[in-house]
Amino acid sequence: MSKRFNHCRATAPLAAVCVLVAGLTGCGRQRDGDVYTVLNSSTDETYHRWDAQAMDRCGERLGVTVEQLSVPAAQVMTKALRMASSKSLPDIVQFDASEMPTFAEAGGLTDLETLGLSTRDIPRGIVDFGSYEGTYYGAARSVNTLALFYDRDVLDEAGVAVPTTWDELREAARKLTRGKRYGLALSAGGAEDGVFQFTPFMWSNGGDETRLDGPRVVEALDYWKALLADGSLSRSTVNWTQADVNDQFMAGNAAMMINGPWQVETLNTKKSLRWGIARIPAPRAGADSVAPLGGTVLTVPDTGDPERQRTAGRIVACLAGEKEQLSYALKSWMVPADAEAAAVWRERVPGLRALADQVATARSRTAKLGAGWPNVSLALQSAFQAALTGESSGAALKRAQQRATSGN
Amino acid sequence: MTTSTVTAQAPAKPSGRAAAPDPARLRRRRTLAQWGFVVPAVVFMVLFFGYPLVRNVVMSFQHYTPKTFFTGEAPFNGLGNWSNVFQDALFGKALWHTLVFTAGSLLGQFCLGLALAVFFSRRFPLNGVLRSLVLLPWLVPMVVSGVVWRRILDQDTGVLNAFLGTLGLGGDTPWLTSPGMALLSVILVNIWIGVPFNMVILYGGLQEIPRELYEAAALDGASAWRTFRSLTLPMLRPVITVVLVLGFMSTVKILDLILALTDGGPADATQTLGTLTYQNSFVRLDFGAGAVVGNVLILVSAVFAVLYLRASRTEGK
Repeated sequence: MSKRFNHCRATAPLAAVCVLVAGLTGCGRQRDGDVYTVLNSSTDETYHRWDAQAMDRCGERLGVTVEQLSVPAAQVMTKALRMASSKSLPDIVQFDASEMPTFAEAGGLTDLETLGLSTRDIPRGIVDFGSYEGTYYGAARSVNTLALFYDRDVLDEAGVAVPTTWDELREAARKLTRGKRYGLALSAGGAEDGVFQFTPFMWSNGGDETRLDGPRVVEALDYWKALLADGSLSRSTVNWTQADVNDQFMAGNAAMMINGPWQVETLNTKKSLRWGIARIPAPRAGADSVAPLGGTVLTVPDTGDPERQRTAGRIVACLAGEKEQLSYALKSWMVPADAEAAAVWRERVPGLRALADQVATARSRTAKLGAGWPNVSLALQSAFQAALTGESSGAALKRAQQRATSGN
Repeated sequence: MTTSTVTAQAPAKPSGRAAAPDPARLRRRRTLAQWGFVVPAVVFMVLFFGYPLVRNVVMSFQHYTPKTFFTGEAPFNGLGNWSNVFQDALFGKALWHTLVFTAGSLLGQFCLGLALAVFFSRRFPLNGVLRSLVLLPWLVPMVVSGVVWRRILDQDTGVLNAFLGTLGLGGDTPWLTSPGMALLSVILVNIWIGVPFNMVILYGGLQEIPRELYEAAALDGASAWRTFRSLTLPMLRPVITVVLVLGFMSTVKILDLILALTDGGPADATQTLGTLTYQNSFVRLDFGAGAVVGNVLILVSAVFAVLYLRASRTEGK
């Protein structure tokens, strides 16, 4: 009895130590030969399933197993950084394109062209979207952007044509505002959502993120202020995410909204809603409507194992290949990155043609600032919120520019 | 019994009794056992509290960026991070918001919690049912409360404004959308969340006060207010200290509620030290600056922890 007791007493701490050691060594474990891991943000059940199917097909073709590790979008970067410091980076990381430059600048990514990926069939804008300082690090499967969604029934009833210029948009929004319904809904929330929505107004007007206090940016913000002053925008706009904007539109609280194709799946669940989609109005007739490019890119982190990186490159090439792009884009309503796939997509989804047009002239947020984007984004969101809640656009943007350049 | 007294009184007689256990060995075994109990706790503290704390302080003097995760190199930059953070206008704002938020939340939570505790310490039908209902806000996860309240407080479609509208009280309050109002709204939501905790602990404290004291007070003809002030409050003092200190610790580092309600906005009107740390470390990925704000937060908490320990020590005497 006592012997057994002693035995137990000796083994318990030993077992604890073993667990601890196993746990610690598990962090730096050896990669399993034929199993390749993709870190992505497909936590949503449908996206996770679509990705799993695509990865199975590509894995089968290359004779390997591809697994995905999905974390919330906001955690991909920190998760990848932690994995880098414990030398356990996955073989492929799917970054939001606006975050990729940060990881690339830290020296964590491999040039995809050295791994045999070609950029020949990809439109210039989308190659830039996946590049940092001229090097092609990220292959996009699909891209998205913003467009003007409108309620066909409401516009028909009011006899309002789909607006194409800022003046028309302002006029239409004013006419469509009635009772509880606002003419337009957009997101000016204090996160990347709001900044993403401000960029088409800033860029189409000739403004630039490198000079936030430039007159063109001030003018764009004044336009937002005017929409709010007209009563065409809800004052809750500053507290709305893009998902909130979609909810308001679906509930009939807004006749038009600025939003992206990722909402289409949800929009289609409401059968009674007949919606249409158009390019975001430009400042003047004939001016370009420049929208932001959004979406994720597949990257191959530098794991120090050239052989595995080559295979990872082949997996990326397969996932971002024309066939897989089209299959993914048709399910997710995103626009394929590949030119030929995009052409097929336009035929197959005629209702969303406006999105394909918008993508063709769309711009990447990080093309000019690279890893400096987060600072500017934070300064900008604070500025448009201050302006929409009373401050003058000029003063708010001046402060934003100071904050962005001081790096604070 | 006798042997022990003998050995204790005459330790200078070493060779006398060979049969009795060696006192030196006994003592060594005892110290060993004592250390055996202490060491796991010390190791735990050093590993899980000491190391991160020291690491955070060191990090605040380093240029710690995404690159560091690859190279492992984080060059020291002296007071660079500190002066950057202190020169940032946002830091002063966040510090002020944190103080207002903490003071406002504690005041509201405590007063309402105490009032409810006193109310429920009387006997009346449905007391138990009502008391458990008051606990509900505490059971709901913070993020869920945040999301629900964001809907409730929406300026146009929120339930609260609709309700105020039907009462003829305006109903157009920009709860979360005006920089002048948002901090107050966030405090109100946090009070709603914190009242149950205060009530439960204070209610427990009230149950501990002997009934006879109240009877004596009644015999002496003390008024209700006099009884509360001269009897209930002094008897409740230790419990009040605990409630306030614990409340302070959990309020000063607020992050999740604000992220869910306003994301620090509008126009940074609800930025606190917690959200600023988050923004510096996980949005801007400037971990050095994040560590500086984190350290300030720890320092503020530490001051109050010391005050608390002092207070509880003097009470113990």
